[in-house]
Amino acid sequence: MGRKPAVDGWFSVDPAALVGTRCGDCGTPYFPRNEIACRNPGCAGPKDGSELAPYTFSTRGRIWSYADSRYKPPPPYVSPEPFRPYVVAAVELDVEKIVVLGQVVPGVGVDDLAVGQEVELTVGTLYTEGDDDHLVWMWRPVA
Amino acid sequence: MSGDVAVVGTGMHPWGKWGKNFVGYGLTAAREALAEAGLSWRDVQYVAGADTIRNGYPGFIAGATFAQALGWSGARVSSSYAACASGAQAIANARAQILAGLADVALVVGADAAPKGFFAPVGGDRPDDPDWLRFRLLGATNPLYFALAARRRMALYGSTPEDFALVKVKNARHGAANPNARYRKETTVAEVLESPVVASPLHLMDICATSDGGAALVLTSVEFARSRGLARPVRIAGLSTVTPTFPKTVIDLPDFATDAAMTVPEPARPFRAALAYAAYEEAGIGPSDVSVAEVYDLSTALELDWMEDIGLCAPGEAESLLRAGETTIGGRIPVNPSGGLASFGEAVPAQAIAQICELTRQLRHRSGPRQVPSPNTAIAVNQGLFGHGSATLLTH
Repeated sequence: MGRKPAVDGWFSVDPAALVGTRCGDCGTPYFPRNEIACRNPGCAGPKDGSELAPYTFSTRGRIWSYADSRYKPPPPYVSPEPFRPYVVAAVELDVEKIVVLGQVVPGVGVDDLAVGQEVELTVGTLYTEGDDDHLVWMWRPVA
Repeated sequence: MSGDVAVVGTGMHPWGKWGKNFVGYGLTAAREALAEAGLSWRDVQYVAGADTIRNGYPGFIAGATFAQALGWSGARVSSSYAACASGAQAIANARAQILAGLADVALVVGADAAPKGFFAPVGGDRPDDPDWLRFRLLGATNPLYFALAARRRMALYGSTPEDFALVKVKNARHGAANPNARYRKETTVAEVLESPVVASPLHLMDICATSDGGAALVLTSVEFARSRGLARPVRIAGLSTVTPTFPKTVIDLPDFATDAAMTVPEPARPFRAALAYAAYEEAGIGPSDVSVAEVYDLSTALELDWMEDIGLCAPGEAESLLRAGETTIGGRIPVNPSGGLASFGEAVPAQAIAQICELTRQLRHRSGPRQVPSPNTAIAVNQGLFGHGSATLLTH
């Protein structure tokens, strides 16, 4: 049984963290990773991508909002059969002041969540195909 | 005002799930708009098409597709894609041609034939496309983003699912009297709340469907309208299609994340408000001048957000206006007298054009049982994916 990321280069597994890029000139971080040019119109950097370096995001934030999905989405979502409802949270990271979406770990429902609640990043299985677990970043309430 | 253009014709093919080719819906709307304007197709110097991306190549070049279907006439042409704001961009293009003096008469057409169920990304494996990836990695459907906005509103202002349902009840009542609406049946708060939860806190009846439909406008210079005996035409007094300002800190579909507000302060106005206020500034009027509004109610909760974004009330006050009946036809500031997306379902490239059809007819007192008493200034707003949106101000 293998474990591999469902998308390359967007997060690290151990330790669990979102990986993006950050502008060396103005300091703005980007997720998902931006390698083309810093998008801050006030940034005086070269804006040819050379100003952007890999950046590991902080892993704690507060729930900005959350919702669940009660019906199976269309492909390319890979759904278990039978379909299993899932929760998505929009989380504002304390340090970077960025709101990032992620599924919430299985077993946590909308009734267990609240806007403003503290959560942390983890990694979980998005879907299983053949012998492989395909991993993605997820939010988990801080105990 | 010299910055105005006249809306001299409106046309619509009824919304529904008709299962026909989108071109036919556009033609029906175009012919109705030309007939209402008292103009013929050969009078049209510029055709602005709003694109549909779900109907093959003819949809990507909608302007030419409609021009060919009407019979090649040598008119100049453009085709616009701006997601849900495609229709507004087509209007903006036609307006700019007229204001630049390059054309006196322009035809704007948008039509769609929509698939069943959830909007899915365009087919194929595209791991570089954020619209593909949000389905793949998050299962983030459009209703899920609407639900995030609705839950945020509940947390900020204490809105309830009953409030959201009341928006549907109000819009269904408006739409019941609209022959172009797809859903023409009144409903109740209980019925909305009993409909299945699609994405908590939103029920099926809180979320707009996808529809077939077509809408068209004939726009002319004010001088041309006068020369045809229209002394006081309905005018487009302002039209904004501004992009967001960095850092964009409100998450919208299909984003994975907002911009980080770590290094640059947030803009004074978030995106939807910026759209409206750019149009207000262009027209030299303000929210207190508005007598009727068509807002993009992709969900019931979003109608309440829009009311505040366009300045009809302060943040958190939309529910009290709604509950007091102020946003119903006959109230102080009717919102979505057409019935809105709640009664239409979204026919993407036609929808922003249909908003202008509705408001033009309202300003001309041609809305029958749905007539808003004595309107003189109207606003239409919409928002699409990837930083698209529009606000249009009409005066009479």
